[in-house]
Amino acid sequence: MNDLIGFILISIGLVFDLLGCVGLVRLPDAYNRLQAATKCVTMGTCSILFGTLLVIGFTAAGMKVILCMIFLILTSPVASHAIARGSHKSGVKLWEGSVCDAYAEDNK
Amino acid sequence: MKKSKIILFILAFIIWIFLNWKPDWQHLLVGFFIAVFVSYITGDLFIYRAYILKNPLRYWYFAFYYIPIFLWECVKANFDVAYRVIHPALPINPGIVKVKTSLKTDTGLTFLANSITLMPGTLVVDVNREEGVLYVHWIDVKSKDVEAATKIIVERFEKILKKIFE
Repeated sequence: MNDLIGFILISIGLVFDLLGCVGLVRLPDAYNRLQAATKCVTMGTCSILFGTLLVIGFTAAGMKVILCMIFLILTSPVASHAIARGSHKSGVKLWEGSVCDAYAEDNK
Repeated sequence: MKKSKIILFILAFIIWIFLNWKPDWQHLLVGFFIAVFVSYITGDLFIYRAYILKNPLRYWYFAFYYIPIFLWECVKANFDVAYRVIHPALPINPGIVKVKTSLKTDTGLTFLANSITLMPGTLVVDVNREEGVLYVHWIDVKSKDVEAATKIIVERFEKILKKIFE
C-alpha cells in the first residue's frame, strides 16, 4: 500500500516538475520564469522525495530524504528571492506587458 | 548567548544523527565533538531571543495553524502556475507591487517572505526593514494600491506569524 501511494506521489511530482520546466520556456521574462521555477520545483521535488520516503521507509536513505525536504523548502524561496533582487539591481527589464514596477519607482 | 549555543548544539547533533542513520556509539561520539565545535564557533549568531522558544503556544500555532495553511497554499500555487502555463493564451498580468508589513524580527520577516514566495502568484523581490515594506512581484496584479495589495497578499500569514515569532 505504501509503495502504491509512494509511486503515485512520485508521478505527481514528475508532472509538476515538467510543468515548471514548460513554464520556464513559455513565460516571457526572468521574474515570471522564477515564479514557475520556484513553485513547481519546490513542490514537485518535495512530492518526489516524500514518495521515495514512503517506498524505502525509514532507512539510512529515508532519513536523508526528510532532511532534503526541510532544506529544500527553506532554501529554494531564498534563492529565488536573491536571483530576483540581483537581476532587478543589474537592470533586467520587466516584460513590456507588465502593469507596474513600484520597486523601480522607489529606487530612483 | 549561552542558550543560543546550546540550542545550536542540539540541532546540529540531531542533523548529524539523521545523516548517520542508524546511530551507533562511534558515530555519536564523533558527532558530539563536531556539534560542540560548530556551536562553539557559530553559536552566537544563531538565536538572539532565546526566550521565545519557551512558550509552548508558539509551537502549537506553528504546527497546527502555520504548516497546514502553508501546505494548502503551496498546493494551490502549483495548480495556479500549472493552469497559467498550460493555457494557450498565457493569462498573465505581471508587475511589482509594494506591500506593508508590521513584522519587525528577522525570523518573522524571513518566514513571511518565504511563505509569500510559495503562495499563488507572488514572489518577494526585496525587503526594506526600516519602513516595513516588501516589494512583491505579482503574476496577476489585482490592485496597484498599497493597502489593497497588503490585504490580499500579506494579511493571512502576518496574523499567524505575529503570534509565532513576535
